[in-house]
Amino acid sequence: MTPEMFIQHALNSLTLGSLYALIAIGYTMVYGILRLINFAHSEIFMLGAYFVFWGVSLFSLPWPLAVAASIVFTAGLGIMVDRIAYRPLRDAPRISALISSIGVSFFLQNVAIVFFQAIPRGVYRPEWMEQPWIVGAVRILPITLFVPVLSVLFMLGLLYIVYRTKTGLGMRAISKDIETSYLMGVNVNRVIAITFGIGSGLAAASGIMWALRYPQIQPMMGTIPGFKAFIAAVFGGIGSIQGAVVGGVVLGFIEIMTVAFFPDLAGYRDAFAFILLIGVLLFKPTGLFGARVEDKV
Amino acid sequence: MNRGTLTILNVLAVAALGLFIWWAQGSLDGYKIQILNLIAVNIILALSLNLIYGFTGMFSLGHAGFMAIGAYVCSILILTPDQKDTLFIIGGAAQWVQDAQAPFVVATLAGGLVAALFGFIIGFPLLRLGDDYLGIATLGFAEIVRVAATNMTSVTNGALGFKGIPAYANLWWNFGWCVVTLYVIVRLLKSNTGNVLKAIRDDETAAKAMGVNVFRMKLLSFTVGSFFAGIGGALLASLLTTIDPKMFLFTLTFNVLMIVVTGGLGSLTGSVLAGIGITVLLEWLRVVENPVFIGDFELAGIPGMRMVVFSLALIVVILFRREGLMGMREFSWQAVGSKLGLGGKPGSGKGGLAQ
Repeated sequence: MTPEMFIQHALNSLTLGSLYALIAIGYTMVYGILRLINFAHSEIFMLGAYFVFWGVSLFSLPWPLAVAASIVFTAGLGIMVDRIAYRPLRDAPRISALISSIGVSFFLQNVAIVFFQAIPRGVYRPEWMEQPWIVGAVRILPITLFVPVLSVLFMLGLLYIVYRTKTGLGMRAISKDIETSYLMGVNVNRVIAITFGIGSGLAAASGIMWALRYPQIQPMMGTIPGFKAFIAAVFGGIGSIQGAVVGGVVLGFIEIMTVAFFPDLAGYRDAFAFILLIGVLLFKPTGLFGARVEDKV
Repeated sequence: MNRGTLTILNVLAVAALGLFIWWAQGSLDGYKIQILNLIAVNIILALSLNLIYGFTGMFSLGHAGFMAIGAYVCSILILTPDQKDTLFIIGGAAQWVQDAQAPFVVATLAGGLVAALFGFIIGFPLLRLGDDYLGIATLGFAEIVRVAATNMTSVTNGALGFKGIPAYANLWWNFGWCVVTLYVIVRLLKSNTGNVLKAIRDDETAAKAMGVNVFRMKLLSFTVGSFFAGIGGALLASLLTTIDPKMFLFTLTFNVLMIVVTGGLGSLTGSVLAGIGITVLLEWLRVVENPVFIGDFELAGIPGMRMVVFSLALIVVILFRREGLMGMREFSWQAVGSKLGLGGKPGSGKGGLAQ
């Protein structure tokens, strides 16, 4: 493999990894607070991409406005999902909310099939993103650099919210002990709603960028990236925002580099993440940055 | 009621089922028979998942994986060598796949056993995980099986899958296996092992403190559950006569989970009733996906609508009736007897058929 090819692969890995990272942040925030794997997250990701598509093609909004509208819409949708399907189950056994989230995931996916049809659609890309920069033999699409930079910015913003604001304090309190947080006067439902809003907005951002990078959208597009991003979150240590980002990037590198070095394994690409998951769960269930939780009677 | 009466009642119930099948075989049309077949297979799948999740408390999302294993093993054994020659157009079949051949009953059993073997092997590492981690890890296993089935072209014929699998799985086989599944699981749960499994479900730490070898018991339940999932997959393959990796997506697990949750976690009766109800409902909902004609006016069918209704139903069940149809209650002859005024204290026995 030539150095140029390696750099090309590395850049692609970084982009893919950053996309995983953005989705993973949503999983990790919700899991950190509610101990819930939000299966519906991957559908929010898909809807984010679709909202931009419809904004541009149906309402002929300018692209940046469509993006903004999509993020606001999906954030609202995330909050609504929590309100309708998860909040009534706060006191129920943990798995009930998980089953509910599986139901919501299938519901949103099939609503998308009903209303948007299952055929893949090409998405609009702003022109400046179509122009590759050529550096030696390496071809760089603007989006390739755009995505990682944006991911780091989002991560820093989130860390600021979680560690420097009152809402963030609430989030951390709830993740430690939800009942005590109630008693200490934290507006638990509001903080959780904000968490869902932020997580869903990020998923939408990721879905939009995914559609720019791999310019085709269809109602099932969220499932596999969603699973993989969750795995990235587990790998990084679920509940940790830095962990989600590191996990996402590492997973991106594993996927692309393994296929680059062992082309024979290309067909098994979708299985790597799951093998990684099982490995992590066996040897370091708390992930890279996770805190240890003991089972209590 | 004494033991003898109960045995007679159970035998009568099975005989009545036999009569019904005999009647159905002769007088119902192919479509209705197909629905009955699907009911039997879905009940097998629901019972096996209920054993794993409802009775042992292990949240497994790997059913599609075990079904895929059962389906592929069974199909390879019952496809004739000639069929394999025509099926494997890319690179031909591996020699052992080409040579493998067995009668249907052996093939079904083999499907179940191989699935059980996989359940045993992956259970070793995975069952140490709790709740949702187990769910996501078993889901990962099912995905790996599917990816492997897509890529191991010389064994599974890759993405093309198998076509023209001999349709041996008739009403007799399907309901026969259904009764066997019910019998084995009821016996298992009635035994002391069953009590231990329920203890683990209700409080694992407490069970451990009582000296229960939690891990071994979980592994047992998981292996038995995956065995019957494999049987269900094997029957399904012969029933539908075509399989390919796309069939074993997460949706398949979701359908089984739906039946178990709706019927009631920890109620075999619930799984049987929901298995019947939901299979019929799913078929009936196909109507909304097909075009409807009102006079000359055609309402276009809406693809995907079936799953919209279905997933909405799951959300409603989990939000408003979390215990499902039956909760943890079971059908028992005693309860029926006391209702009819034949004596016997109500609720003195749980879990009817094998009593």
